[in-house]
Amino acid sequence: MKLSGAKILVESLKREGVEVIFGYPGGVVLPTFDALYDAPIKFILVRHEQAAAHAADGYARATGKVGVCLATSGPGATNLVTGIATAYMDSIPMVAITGQVKTTLIGNDAFQEADVTGITRPITKHNYLVKNVEDLSLIIKEAFYIASTGRPGPVLIDLPVDVQFAETEFHYPAEVLIRSYKPTYAGHPGQIKKAAREISRSKKPIIYAGGGVITSGAALELKALAEKIEAPVTMTLMGLGAFPQTHELSLGMLGMHGTAYANHAIMESDLIIAVGARFDDRVTGRLDVFAPGAKVIHIDIDPASVSKNVEVDIPIVGDAKNILTELNKIVKKPDTAAWLKQVHEWKQHHPLRYHDPDGAMIKPQYVVEQIYEVTKDKDAVICTEVGQNQMWAAQFYKYTQPRSFVSSGGLGTMGFGFPAAIGAKLGCPEKVVFDIAGDGSIQMNIQELATAVINKIPVKVAILNNGYLGMVRQWQQLFYKKRYSSTRLPHIPDFVKVAEAYGAVGMRITKKHEVRQALEKALSIDNVVFMDFIVEEEENVLPMVPTGEAINKMIMLEHLIGSLA
Amino acid sequence: MRHIISAMVENKFGVLARIAGLFSARGFNIDSLAVGETEDPTVSRMTIVVRGDDKTLEQVKKQLNKLIDVISVRDYAKKEFVDRELLLLRVEAEEGQKSKLAGVLEKNHAKVLVAGGNAFTAEFAGDHEHVQKLLEELKPYVIKEMTRTGRIAMAKE
Repeated sequence: MKLSGAKILVESLKREGVEVIFGYPGGVVLPTFDALYDAPIKFILVRHEQAAAHAADGYARATGKVGVCLATSGPGATNLVTGIATAYMDSIPMVAITGQVKTTLIGNDAFQEADVTGITRPITKHNYLVKNVEDLSLIIKEAFYIASTGRPGPVLIDLPVDVQFAETEFHYPAEVLIRSYKPTYAGHPGQIKKAAREISRSKKPIIYAGGGVITSGAALELKALAEKIEAPVTMTLMGLGAFPQTHELSLGMLGMHGTAYANHAIMESDLIIAVGARFDDRVTGRLDVFAPGAKVIHIDIDPASVSKNVEVDIPIVGDAKNILTELNKIVKKPDTAAWLKQVHEWKQHHPLRYHDPDGAMIKPQYVVEQIYEVTKDKDAVICTEVGQNQMWAAQFYKYTQPRSFVSSGGLGTMGFGFPAAIGAKLGCPEKVVFDIAGDGSIQMNIQELATAVINKIPVKVAILNNGYLGMVRQWQQLFYKKRYSSTRLPHIPDFVKVAEAYGAVGMRITKKHEVRQALEKALSIDNVVFMDFIVEEEENVLPMVPTGEAINKMIMLEHLIGSLA
Repeated sequence: MRHIISAMVENKFGVLARIAGLFSARGFNIDSLAVGETEDPTVSRMTIVVRGDDKTLEQVKKQLNKLIDVISVRDYAKKEFVDRELLLLRVEAEEGQKSKLAGVLEKNHAKVLVAGGNAFTAEFAGDHEHVQKLLEELKPYVIKEMTRTGRIAMAKE
């Protein structure tokens, strides 16, 4: 039977198991929206295309499935760009579909025309401009395959309106073979043996786990390795949830705002076992003095990540789960007793803490701790915006499950958290979903209150409202003599009223003793809740490694108390 | 250090833009880039002359391989490849130097296409060393216009 391109798109998405599409209609995608009208796929109409991309991304991060977003040509497509770049930097599987002007008008500066495959080339794993309807089903098959395999990433399909109208026989390919794309999954046995030997010889090993552990579904294998060789585990921002932070071997996050003990441990280690992490500059600090005594084993599915920043001694390219399974079979436990004692001392001497002598103001860290307390016995997904809120959410919540922390790591996109929370909640309706936000970030996609309320997606938004763009203000305080250039956000708008205007529930919390009960109340409400926590204005995220410093040269809380009051 | 990278790519819409974009986005320096069909019409070969240290070259190769449309990437080490470049140039001699210039071109096996006044329009095809040698010997003369294809290369056997 012959089908139109629009119908082929919908049929193909059904065959890929797509449950939900986030998007926004427009002129050249009318045929596709018509085909979606009675399709058994949920369509979530957002209020800005950027939110469609972030929601698809949040859905993908929370579920592990491919997120799908759809927008029209020109401005619709360019509004997706930030969301696509966010997903690209964090290796998130996503398929973005954009309408395009008629094939005969392409290049003509037609109404709502933009060269979207050109614009998105550096921020997609791959992209397609569909010129013939005969190619469409294969392209969709390839797009989902490329997005979800190897090192995942976003794939964009640009679909001209005449291709949506054109008809052809529909056959959905059962499988796909791309001669130029063959990700390596099995690790080289010789390299795995070498790694096992190096581990058994080490005295001060540390496991450095990144988002790849979560992507690969290797959390159990990682835990087995850590327990077998009794090595401490530190995680990147993207890796939070890969190893339970309640475990005695957990060192929490490392890097610029990592724990002091994680940073000391990696600097003093003699062997770094990197799994699905890429030695990003926020993690390594000053590169030439990073972990000077350490050999490096690097397990990663992307060969280009190996030896990009840090020289690797034993690279193992492949899927983390496969490689860790093989490694666990042969690895022998080194004697790490003295090392663990040293690490324990660092933990005792430099715990994560904040200064709250009188409880006069709400400390933002306290809010995060209380969110942990009220959700730790539930299945929860914590999304964040970007800035101080994100770092406190990373530091003061103890993640124990993969896919429980959703945050824009690589690109650092403000405005990500709220729409991502909407996507996560749609993917995991049984879970409690929080967005830990700042008063700056939340305003970047606040219009999505409409999406959440209308579609009954009851996410809980905790705004740590300090009246500043806090992270930038912190840098200005520490490095620009407190010249707070354009970082003051006077308390406008009234977030409670904004929430109420959209039909959500708004709460304002100004006292420490109200925090817990407000959170509990929010959990009991079956609606979107905005909690406006009025917190200490000039609180800083600590520890902090100034840019260009070694990561054990941290500014600690004790350095700042008093001196900057 | 200069390397000759040979990439076999899908002969598809947008491939050149992907490769050019990769080089500019990652700050790799290209000396030349030549592209054309191979014995298999679905495959094009790109010959890229790139400068950088070993670490940069390693990244160039890995990042190229990461592109979905790139089938294979090879870095030609010394002596296991043949390379050629085609030059078209118009070169002019001062009064009384014309026959000397003609001699230089002839000695280097450059083919004169047009001779007019004191100038020659000539073509020259050769490997990198010969191109350099010709250009060196033409230094006393005035090159009015020149265009080069960039190097192409393939394995010796």
